[in-house]
Amino acid sequence: MNRNDQWRLGGVLLATALSVWYLLPSFHYYSLPPAERLSATSSREVSEMRKKAIHLGLDLQGGMHLVLEVDRSRMNKAEAADAIDRAMEIIRSRIDQFGVAEPLVQREGEDRIVVQLPGLTERQRAIDLIGKTALLEFKLVRTAEEARSVFGRIDSYLATHATTAVADTAMRRSPLTSHFFSLESSAFIRQEDIPTVRKLLATPGLDSIIPGDSQLLWGEPDATYQNITGQAVYVVKREPEMTGGKIATADAQLGLKSTDPGAWGVSMKLTPAGRVDFARVTGNNVNRQLAIVLDGVAQSAPVINERIPSGDASITGNFNAETARDLAIVLRAGALPAPVRIIEERSVGPSLGADSIQEGLKAGLIGTGLVVAFMVVYYQLSGVIAIVAMLLNIFYLFACMAGFGSTLTLPGIAGIVLTIGMSVDANVLIFERIREEMRNGKSIRQSVTLGYDRAFRTILDAHVTTIISGLFLFQFGTGPIKGFAITLIVGLVANMFTAVLFTRMIFDFMLGRGGKAERLSI
Amino acid sequence: MLQLLIGTNIPFMKYRRIAYMFSSALIVATIVWLVIHGGPRYSVDFTGGTLLQVRTSRVVPADQMRAALDEGGFRGVELQQMTGDNRDEYLLRLKAGENLFSGIQTTIQKHFPGVTVEQRRIESVGPRIGSELRQKAIWAVLGSLAGILLYVGIRYEFKFALGAVVALFHDVLITLGMLCFTGREVSLTVVAALLTIAGYSINDTIVVFDRIRERSKALRKETHSRAMDIAVNETLSRTVITSLTVFLSALALFIWGGEVLRDFSFAMLIGVGFGTYSSVYVASALALDIWIALDRRKGIKAE
Repeated sequence: MNRNDQWRLGGVLLATALSVWYLLPSFHYYSLPPAERLSATSSREVSEMRKKAIHLGLDLQGGMHLVLEVDRSRMNKAEAADAIDRAMEIIRSRIDQFGVAEPLVQREGEDRIVVQLPGLTERQRAIDLIGKTALLEFKLVRTAEEARSVFGRIDSYLATHATTAVADTAMRRSPLTSHFFSLESSAFIRQEDIPTVRKLLATPGLDSIIPGDSQLLWGEPDATYQNITGQAVYVVKREPEMTGGKIATADAQLGLKSTDPGAWGVSMKLTPAGRVDFARVTGNNVNRQLAIVLDGVAQSAPVINERIPSGDASITGNFNAETARDLAIVLRAGALPAPVRIIEERSVGPSLGADSIQEGLKAGLIGTGLVVAFMVVYYQLSGVIAIVAMLLNIFYLFACMAGFGSTLTLPGIAGIVLTIGMSVDANVLIFERIREEMRNGKSIRQSVTLGYDRAFRTILDAHVTTIISGLFLFQFGTGPIKGFAITLIVGLVANMFTAVLFTRMIFDFMLGRGGKAERLSI
Repeated sequence: MLQLLIGTNIPFMKYRRIAYMFSSALIVATIVWLVIHGGPRYSVDFTGGTLLQVRTSRVVPADQMRAALDEGGFRGVELQQMTGDNRDEYLLRLKAGENLFSGIQTTIQKHFPGVTVEQRRIESVGPRIGSELRQKAIWAVLGSLAGILLYVGIRYEFKFALGAVVALFHDVLITLGMLCFTGREVSLTVVAALLTIAGYSINDTIVVFDRIRERSKALRKETHSRAMDIAVNETLSRTVITSLTVFLSALALFIWGGEVLRDFSFAMLIGVGFGTYSSVYVASALALDIWIALDRRKGIKAE
């Protein structure tokens, strides 16, 4: 063995040892039972392992990928500046309380937030939890008299600005209130009339009719009143008496509504400062109704019987155990500084993810089988060497992915399967060249040397062009595509090592013993 | 020793006009298709919208499913039943950004009692993100083509570089055409395949051109087209074999890799196949014609 070979052997051994080192955590981690792996409350040991293991993309393990856009259009410059950071903090805290293993909350660009929730199956619930602004306000409900006067003004405005001719005289005189099922301090509208009322209330110019310090608020959808399903409309004071920024704790609880003890709701405890405010507001407004408004919907509007010094408040409505619990989480974490909108969602169910892994594995194994069969039949022993180099190539590829902390995605698996085919290419070029030199009457040793030297330039050029594409792909791609680009690039770089350096070493080793080589199985 | 395609002496260049016609026909067909249809059929990645993949507990014929959805008020939904073992799975394409899964689930379960619906995948892309991704995809394709052009331009003479790059456009365009003709969608993964093809399909061309460069002294006495034929024939076995191994990998992906990767692997198969053909009949043949034309301008009679 000459000096060159010693260096090569050292390099291969070092690379292999490093690879084993980087892949061990992945091996241990994926040997664990799935329940232990995906638990949100895993031991430190497991989460250490998870950090060092190859990450599976959401398309393989199932989960949600959301891109949120924070609507800062209604904020001033100072507020807008840190709105994204605050929103991220609040979303992170909501997700933490919800309980997801390894969530990712990350800023993207100017006003976007990426949220990734691996392994999550309750899609709708997560969306509600993350996307809810959760702005809680306490607003004073106008008295029945005041409400009637506001609705009366709307009626007369609509009567003169009617857009459609109506035959019924009652409807002509009072276009809005004739659709009300009842009108006390709030109006109740039957389910079937809701679209009409919504349309009427959207009549242009209506805003100027409602006194500036008041506003109309819809109640909760699908409410019941005297056994009728519908929705209420409240007239409330525009300026809130207080907001939900002063909530200390919030918990889901049963029996908050005396009329329906089996119903879920959320009970809140206010902070000491909030308690003082709440006592003042309730003290000043005994016998009035106080609407509890969540994201612009009046959840309920209980009558204040007496001053409430304890700082206890509650939200009731159409809740079940789950939605009550989620609302409590959201209230505890606080309101988002601005509304967010989901502008991109990619969710993969766990069953599809598992199928994808299965299919990817199958395609990989069959692809390997086909390539192995061809190489061994066509190049015999040299083919076997190329196959060993290919397997080493894939092994290094996985190790690099673990080392870089990159993510294996479904397109990434496709990249690996293609790498299987591409990684023997370099050896094909070398072997064909060796055969050609042998045909031209060169000695075996000379042929091998010339084969490697002359094929090298071609291999380099071929790899560089593919890597150029890979780099553009990486730059352009979203998560899964990036995964593909990484496997492609790393696979090709590792290939220069395995297909050129490693196989050369083996050839030298084979030819080096016994002086003059007479036969080469190629 | 098993050997294929060794010592061949096929007069490839003699038939290059036929190949030009064949390639031009395919490219013209692709462009006509694209013009008529206003571009390829983009997936929700690029148009914005929602793709819903659901699995039912038993196979429901697509027309019955469509009728049920129409009746349930989901008229704008495009329904596609998967094939083979996955006939219990459906792809639903919706315009709206909002998710209508629960409504669709209720409708299906009401219409076909006993059938349960499982949600397998949702891809929902807002219109703005869609157009952003489209922009980025176009830039990525153009950027990588330019990058490869630059690299090949530095490493090889002008005539070769030009031939190689035309071949590259040829491969990518024809692959796109085949995707269009077979009614497949252009998604993010398909764009990834197109970029990979751009990087990979030039490999065979490089093999041929390297050979010409290497043997330029020995081949000087031959006519240009003879020199090109010799180079192509001498490298024919490796051109075919390197493509074959990648073709086998892509084939395994296409057959066994699952529905999500099918369009990707289809594009790879076409791209690798045409990439081999084009290295001979587009890249080499064009380089030859440019070579002849350049010499003619210099007043050398080449042929």
